[in-house]
Amino acid sequence: MKPAPFTYHDPRSVSDAVALLATHDNARVLAGGQSLMPMMNFRYAMPDHLIDLNKVSELAYIRVENNTLNIGAMTRQRDIEFSADIGQHCPLLHAALAHVGHRQTRNRGTLGGSLCHQDPSAEMVNMAALLDATMHVVSQRGARDIPLADFAVAYMTTALEPDELLAGVTFALPAKKHGHAFVEFARRHGDFAIVACSTMLALDSHGNISNATIALSGLSHAPLRPAAIEQALLGQKPDAATFKAAAAEAEKISAISDAYVSSAYRQHLARVLTCRALEQAAAHAKEMQHG
Amino acid sequence: MADTRTISAIVNGKSHTATIETRLTLVDFLRHELKLTGTHVGCEHGVCGACTVLVGGISARACLMLAVQCDGLEVATVESLAADGKLNTLQQAFQDNHGLQCGFCTPGMLMTLTEFLRDHPEPNEAQVREALSGNLCRCTGYQGIVDAALDAAKKMRGTTR
Ligand code: FES
Ligand code: FES
Repeated sequence: MKPAPFTYHDPRSVSDAVALLATHDNARVLAGGQSLMPMMNFRYAMPDHLIDLNKVSELAYIRVENNTLNIGAMTRQRDIEFSADIGQHCPLLHAALAHVGHRQTRNRGTLGGSLCHQDPSAEMVNMAALLDATMHVVSQRGARDIPLADFAVAYMTTALEPDELLAGVTFALPAKKHGHAFVEFARRHGDFAIVACSTMLALDSHGNISNATIALSGLSHAPLRPAAIEQALLGQKPDAATFKAAAAEAEKISAISDAYVSSAYRQHLARVLTCRALEQAAAHAKEMQHG
Repeated sequence: MADTRTISAIVNGKSHTATIETRLTLVDFLRHELKLTGTHVGCEHGVCGACTVLVGGISARACLMLAVQCDGLEVATVESLAADGKLNTLQQAFQDNHGLQCGFCTPGMLMTLTEFLRDHPEPNEAQVREALSGNLCRCTGYQGIVDAALDAAKKMRGTTR
């Protein structure tokens, strides 16, 4: 099918874009178009006004500052994928991006578009949860910051008001040497994951776990950080018994079900993938310690 | 009143100016306005890859772009590959290796591989398969396409390694 008629706007600045959003009803913001365009072609989305951000160059940037990674909402997944800065400071993001769509979709797709679409299994949403992302939101009324935990309010629904747009994202970079892993299970390469697990582990001088973060996607409307599992890992030896115990707890987290995948299957995947991710991250952490 | 704009785009090296509805997708612009029907439309939601073209040298799904977004940009379609009625190396490799049957997916495969082989002149089979992961083929089972890509890469490097 074809998109229903709309009035097209292509602002060149954030201030022009938010002015358009403030004055037009039923307006949608177009980022890379890899989710909204299919929805418009199918007429799931029928905006009266389409505000195309592709010419707002101030929204595309990658900056590393004081242990934070700052990425503009209109930064294309391709540019994150090929950024040497990100390779150096946050290689985990590259590992996650390898699972995002395909060459053609990463060429157009943006970070902000993925985060605002909020597919529960989207890899970039998982990264935002793992790296304690803060969303920078603007409107004509002013700017506000929303922590990721408050950004996803329901299934594929964000906290953005109709007159607001996501301008950029700040990720917290892990301070010390750590190991990381991103694993997921999808029916085909490039599909959204059924369940995905990312993790970062740091080891102290005795080789015990001194810091652990885990983000699990596919169990709920948004990725979750299992705080109790993260806590329980602290001070433990990074060995098979520790990871098995952590994975067993991950399996107990309640999970959604849909027409394709039962909650029991998702819980099974949560166990398997948590164990795999922790093992990989521990191996990587040991390498980092000795390397 | 339909919302329209006048755009100029360079398609396959030739400049085109047209007044179009802003809701027109790039793939429909190519096929219906410019009559470049080599680019195919399969799913219209970014899944099949049949509509793949290069915009500014970078592959994109033409069903997920609006024609108005290509104002001032260069677009290359499958029609840009053969010169003077002679298949280029990649196209010839498809013929030689049974890389197509019905041909529906072929324009997208060719444009995806045009970008990929430009950026990766010495790919291995796994890389080729990953590069093609966004293009669906219902006929060949992919093996002939993968063989064609590897064969073309070899010939484009000018070696028989
Ligand atoms: S028609 Fe564009 S991806 Fe299928
Ligand atoms: S040759 Fe028929 S779909 Fe690929």
